[in-house]
Amino acid sequence: MKKELICIVCPVGCHLTVDEALNVSGNRCKRGIPYAKKEMTNPERQITSTVRIHSEVFNRLSVKTSAPIPKAKRFDIMRALDEIDLTPPVETGDVIIENVAGTDADIVASRRIEK
Amino acid sequence: MKHFDIAVIGGGAGGLAAAEKADRLGMDVVLLEREPFLGGILNQCIHHGFGLHHYKEELTGPEYAMRAIDDIERSGVTIKTDTTALDYKKLGGRFTIRYTNAEEGERTIEANAVILTSGSYERTAGGIRLPGERPKGVHTAGKAQRYLNIEGYMVGRKVFILGSGDIGLIMARRLTLEGAEVKGVAEIKPHPGGLTRNVVQCLHDFDIPLYLSHTVTDVRGDENLEGITIAEVDDAMQVKEATEKHFEVDTLLLSVGLIPDIATLGDVHYAIDPRTNGAIVDQTYQTTQDGLFAAGNALHIHDLVDFVTEESLRAALQAAAYVKGEVPPREKQVDVVTGETISYALPQRLNGDYLDKSVTFSLRSRHAYEKGTFLIKQRGETIERFKRRFINPAEMEHLVVEGGRIARGSGVEIILEGSS
Repeated sequence: MKKELICIVCPVGCHLTVDEALNVSGNRCKRGIPYAKKEMTNPERQITSTVRIHSEVFNRLSVKTSAPIPKAKRFDIMRALDEIDLTPPVETGDVIIENVAGTDADIVASRRIEK
Repeated sequence: MKHFDIAVIGGGAGGLAAAEKADRLGMDVVLLEREPFLGGILNQCIHHGFGLHHYKEELTGPEYAMRAIDDIERSGVTIKTDTTALDYKKLGGRFTIRYTNAEEGERTIEANAVILTSGSYERTAGGIRLPGERPKGVHTAGKAQRYLNIEGYMVGRKVFILGSGDIGLIMARRLTLEGAEVKGVAEIKPHPGGLTRNVVQCLHDFDIPLYLSHTVTDVRGDENLEGITIAEVDDAMQVKEATEKHFEVDTLLLSVGLIPDIATLGDVHYAIDPRTNGAIVDQTYQTTQDGLFAAGNALHIHDLVDFVTEESLRAALQAAAYVKGEVPPREKQVDVVTGETISYALPQRLNGDYLDKSVTFSLRSRHAYEKGTFLIKQRGETIERFKRRFINPAEMEHLVVEGGRIARGSGVEIILEGSS
């Protein structure tokens, strides 16, 4: 089955077509080929979200995955974040969850909250 | 009355950059911020994609803010958070600013120059004459983003989004990840307003439909929002008959544009450009009021925070030069006009006695072009040309003209010749 996708490597936004044998067409430069193959075989995304924190100023601490994670694990990660309940201080880069949802990536704080 | 060289109004990305830069240039600087925290809108923009130009790495909004906050906390800037400026006056070439906060009560300070970096506000349902009722559940996208990412409240479970600007697209993904059902995004124009990358990663990734050339034609609900109707529009933006689609939703988010937030400066007046809804400035980012500078979204709406930072750094450099008496008085003015393929360009006028210094023009094309050439002309002669690829109204362009290129005597014209 052929799949259509838009390349986001650069602002041109080529409309790519990929077949079962991972042949890519529609790309106007060679950078579209690895992008399309990766999207078809193992698409990855960075997840950013928030977790609960008992701060004087903020009700939520912003967090992110330390590396891109398999797209299929997105909602597993969101469920893991629901379990977190923190008290300040937290520093930017502090690990909040190690090896989240078995992805080898960590959830880390993307800001500081002192109190 | 405490005296400062420069007062910076607003502690978001623009104000943080401007205040820290002015401090490094030896100025005595005060920064006023109305929220209890610095960083402005970056605090709620928890997604990544910031900093690629300025910091040469990809950061989330809060991480970008943290870098600027760390820098300002190491500087000599006097920072006042949770502080509201009440009014501004100008007496004897100096500004007085009356402000209030819980710690000091009401106070007045004096400053030789003011830099406005007060950001922008969102266009509302009234601002676009949204049809139908006004039940609970109609929000601007940025407000919903603040509720969710800072205050921790979900605005709804069944959501429709009007407007495909980046904030709307980012909120479609964010709400879906948090368990809401986003039923669609409508865009009145035939092309998306946000970056392709966001259309792909926020909508396609979650199978959220994008209805191009569509707008909301009805909003229903007595107390709470019950449903909306969208319909297709033609080239003249008129609704086509029998193209309605109905959606049962409890939330409608509006992502329909930002407007520079420069509402009340009391007795201090300056001219506004109707194209940007921000101040008219010269190449020093000085408004038509001597000593009053503007930068960032308070001046014109930016698509990248990196450009807000960089513009604010340039404004601070010029404000410091003004305080030191290095900027000549504005006696000879050179007007800047744009061709019809350009929607606006800044600065709108130039100080004719300061043209030995370089001028940075910030501008937007009215249309998308695969290739184009920007021409800077004086007296019909081209004095500088800039070739660009993939020109897009959503992406601001910058043209830097070196000092000495523009002559004092006549107006400047900026032309864009584009081809598809």
